[in-house]
Amino acid sequence: MAYTPELQELIKKVEATRPARVAMARRNENFPALTMAERAEVLSQFHPDYQESGKRKVSVGPNKGDVYQEGVAKLLESRSMVRPEKVDLAKVDHETDVLVIGGGGAGTSAAIMAANGGCKVIVATKLRHGDSNTIMAEGGIQAATHECDSPYYHFMDTIGGGHFSNQPDLVAALANDAPLSIAWLESLGMIFNKYEDGRTVVRHCGGSSRKRMQSSGDMTGAEIMRVVRDEVRNRADQITVLEFSPAVELLLDTDGKCAGAILYNMETREFSIVKAKAVIISTGGFGRLHIKGFATTNHYGATMDGVVMAYRAGVGNKALHSTQYHPTGVAYPEQNVGLLITEKVRGLGAHVLNIDGEQFCFPLEPRDVESAELIKEAMEKSKGIVTPTGRVGLWLDSPMIEELHGPGTVKKELPAKFIQFERHGIDISKEPMLVYPTLHYQNGGINVNGNTETVLPGLFAAGEAIGGVHGENRLMGNSLQDIITFGRRAGKNAAAYVKSGVELKKLTLDHVVKFEKELTKAGIENPAVAPILLPDYATDEVAERRWPNARTEAEKTA
Amino acid sequence: MCETNEKSSKKTPRVATGDRAILPEGAKTIPVYIMGKQYEVPETLTIMKAMEFAGFKFLRGAGCRGGICGACPTVYRMAGDYKLHFGLACQTVVEANMYLAQIPFFPANRASYSIEEIGGLPEAIHALYPELFRCVACNQCTKACPMDVDVLGYISALKQGNIEKAARLSFDCIQCGLCASRCMGEIPQYHAAQLARRVYGRYILPHAEHLKARVKDIEAGKYHTMLNDLSAMSKEELEKIYVERERQPDFAEIGWQPKETRYL
Repeated sequence: MAYTPELQELIKKVEATRPARVAMARRNENFPALTMAERAEVLSQFHPDYQESGKRKVSVGPNKGDVYQEGVAKLLESRSMVRPEKVDLAKVDHETDVLVIGGGGAGTSAAIMAANGGCKVIVATKLRHGDSNTIMAEGGIQAATHECDSPYYHFMDTIGGGHFSNQPDLVAALANDAPLSIAWLESLGMIFNKYEDGRTVVRHCGGSSRKRMQSSGDMTGAEIMRVVRDEVRNRADQITVLEFSPAVELLLDTDGKCAGAILYNMETREFSIVKAKAVIISTGGFGRLHIKGFATTNHYGATMDGVVMAYRAGVGNKALHSTQYHPTGVAYPEQNVGLLITEKVRGLGAHVLNIDGEQFCFPLEPRDVESAELIKEAMEKSKGIVTPTGRVGLWLDSPMIEELHGPGTVKKELPAKFIQFERHGIDISKEPMLVYPTLHYQNGGINVNGNTETVLPGLFAAGEAIGGVHGENRLMGNSLQDIITFGRRAGKNAAAYVKSGVELKKLTLDHVVKFEKELTKAGIENPAVAPILLPDYATDEVAERRWPNARTEAEKTA
Repeated sequence: MCETNEKSSKKTPRVATGDRAILPEGAKTIPVYIMGKQYEVPETLTIMKAMEFAGFKFLRGAGCRGGICGACPTVYRMAGDYKLHFGLACQTVVEANMYLAQIPFFPANRASYSIEEIGGLPEAIHALYPELFRCVACNQCTKACPMDVDVLGYISALKQGNIEKAARLSFDCIQCGLCASRCMGEIPQYHAAQLARRVYGRYILPHAEHLKARVKDIEAGKYHTMLNDLSAMSKEELEKIYVERERQPDFAEIGWQPKETRYL
């Protein structure tokens, strides 16, 4: 749907202020950024993570007493999809060296590295191989590859962006390995945006002191994913990929080592048992829990499965109370609502504007600060633009990119975004976009060290599922780097662990029995069954017509 | 605007939250035919959200829900018209009297190879995909592409041995398989394109020299002490150097150097 006449009228105000703003940008002048004190103030008032409502303490497990958003707490206090005492663990369906749970960017990189380390690998994934948040990441991947930059500055920008709440050894690993990741992807044949001599094109992102975002058009994550997935397909002799077969529970052995997992074939509803010397959790994030009802940029399967399974096995998590709201999700047209407008748009110089066409914030603050400033402008100052479907948005002035970098830049630098809006009759090289914060990233996750080890021997984790790399706020381009850096480390370290000689004893689900006893003891009645695997978007009308109370046997979890 | 009304959790709240669609008061519905069966759905929804509104729960046929993963290719036709249309269910808006079916998977042949050994010559690609030469240039592939990729263009480029052109033309491919489903020559276009792009990235596009130098430094442990020192700093110390660090200007030329060079 093209802009309505009412919205077109408002766009005139944006056009009226544009020449002065473009002139200002050409002088390298910006709307002033906030001081550290001002940042803290806007966050505490307007960022959903910092507000008190909708949160509670969990009463069981390794993080007992910690506060989470309701939707997350419910899943941490959940029970298993299987009755542990009735599972016959003697019937093993698959045996392997390394089991990778999750087939996104981190899991796929881990599989390749584990295979390089001489291991047999199984990748168990919920949807198709590659269905993940990796594939949706658009803007780029951070790595200090240029002469004016170094891992030192990458470390500093990352930990400062995370308000110094990051786990330092993870930040050091990220900053150190980042250029190695780029070189690895380049050797696998990934196409980076480059100058003629092979120098990578780099840009700023919110919170960066040096330009270090390398990219591949505006589908960097998709390009990474298709390259690493293609590489796995070339290694079918070593790597088996099981699609539509998510893990639903970890298995331990009687020595207390991680020893595999129960998989669930979602198409046939069959369970199977994988015995593995090492397990890597790379199940991604939790956007599809729709915390506080926010729309999300995440893929269909982002339901926090790995965190839930690890929790029952005694592996805690950190910073899970923290959710990244991407400042610029689509607010119009309705078909694109919640989808992400890459930060690259602002990196290329586009301003964020209110209903009067005025700037009200520095466009490249760290993402949480930027989000809070947008919410404040719309909610407190009532300077947002209300769409015909009752959503609120603010302008993102993409046409000024054309004036700053020359005609055709928008289409060249943001081809996917251009097509996506053109489909609905909006030319973003001529008309601004309407944006509002959207639920984007699980900042926290499973506790690991710099070598991706958890406290459970034999269990490793990587990617969005882990916590600590980004602290309480992630910079753009650090998630794709996280995926590759820690995916590679997990694969390598899991292989080394396997090769050091692992002997598995009898398989057990005693940890699940113990956890469920704890639930009962804590007085939690009717706990949720998790992992939930997929969100349910049935309307209430449909749900009622399914006669949940009248049918003979309630439908089992799909 | 995004708060779920928790008190009425048994009723769908009357604002759209998350991805669940609602039918606003007085809104019009239109008939669509999902695999031939009629359902009434609200206007303006995508095919994917409309199917969910009708009560379908996706297992196959839904992925990123944002037009980039290729899980939801859909074929449709309007009542009374012979013409077939192609689109992604998550990106195509429903229209009245649309007959639709998804093609979540298509059995296209993929050839295995080693990126280390394949080299940068087109003959290697021709050897793996001899069916490229079965192309009759009917252009059905291009017409079917939901990403507006010039599929015939890149297949022709590959046949002519122009790997770079094939890589560039196929760059927006999301590997949904609609091209292959329409191909008279039974060519797995998107697999051949993937191979061409990797060969291009690995063997034809120049590699980054600054990156090679940086990798060498890292492998020699150059940043080890620096990163350990930073890791050991207190929040106050870190905050001080963080706030004082120099920001590269937005329009800095290539070759820009910061004032402080000790940590490069």
